[in-house]
Amino acid sequence: MSYKFHQFQVVGRALPTESDEHPKIYRMKLWATNEVRAKSKFWYYLRKLKKVKKSNGQMLAINEIFEKNPTTIKNYGIWLRYQSRTGYHNMYKEYRDTTLNGSIEQMYTEMASRHRVRHHCIQVIKTATIPAKLCKRESTKQFHNSKIKFPLVFKKVRPPTRKLKTTYKASRPNLFV
Amino acid sequence: MPFKRYVEIGRIALVNYGKDYGKLVVIVDVIDQNRALVDSPDMVRGQMNFKRLTLTDIKIDIKRVPNKKTLIAAMEAADVKNKWENSSWGRKLIVQKKRASLNDFDRFKIMLAKIKKAGVVRQELAKLKKETA
Repeated sequence: MSYKFHQFQVVGRALPTESDEHPKIYRMKLWATNEVRAKSKFWYYLRKLKKVKKSNGQMLAINEIFEKNPTTIKNYGIWLRYQSRTGYHNMYKEYRDTTLNGSIEQMYTEMASRHRVRHHCIQVIKTATIPAKLCKRESTKQFHNSKIKFPLVFKKVRPPTRKLKTTYKASRPNLFV
Repeated sequence: MPFKRYVEIGRIALVNYGKDYGKLVVIVDVIDQNRALVDSPDMVRGQMNFKRLTLTDIKIDIKRVPNKKTLIAAMEAADVKNKWENSSWGRKLIVQKKRASLNDFDRFKIMLAKIKKAGVVRQELAKLKKETA
């Protein structure tokens, strides 16, 4: 499963000067498609929080963070701040996924489809793994059922490889399961 | 016409698209409306879209997300392999696979066997015709 958004841990600080020999080191965890973008995002956020720019700062470390247990399902809560056509808003969204990167990707695609918010207008404030009891959204809570059972109602039959795809078919498809 | 095959924990499904095409997998948990957590004795537990799965009639008795050992034991207990290979769907797939992997000599042998079988059938038919005539 390849994800578009990777999670990076970026560590940086201002450059040491005569007045400040050991400036404070700041660490951020953020999502970007690649390392270069992650570094750029880091300076963007850090500029908003502290009086430091990329020109008078240095990057100490950048590491990609991988999911510890990609084979278990978790409920992720994502707090975000996004810019709509009329202003900035905060939002809290919940997703069920196996990895944090997967849920972030779900979030970006959902914001794009539901609110027409492009990815550069979204800032992730916080993410957390939510235990099932504390989930707020019905759409995630409905899958918290150990005896979950539902039929697949609409079954489109696909050719097993894209090579076998044809424009015209001899007969109408049978969509029942 | 009510539904007979449900997506549930323990349902065996056949993968019909993608890298794991043709494998039998167990639905071990449901992530959301479109995806299931799926496991099989010879693969790492992972997520799969329901569009890639075709549900079968076989269901095994497991709890949510069992570990590999429990899963293999449950599959042995339910005798999934034999049930699948004796079902008409399973047998058809085996025959398809066999036919696709024939070499020319095998096809020659099949041709001789078909001719022989047709000869025997025709003899019996001739006998029956003579009795009724």
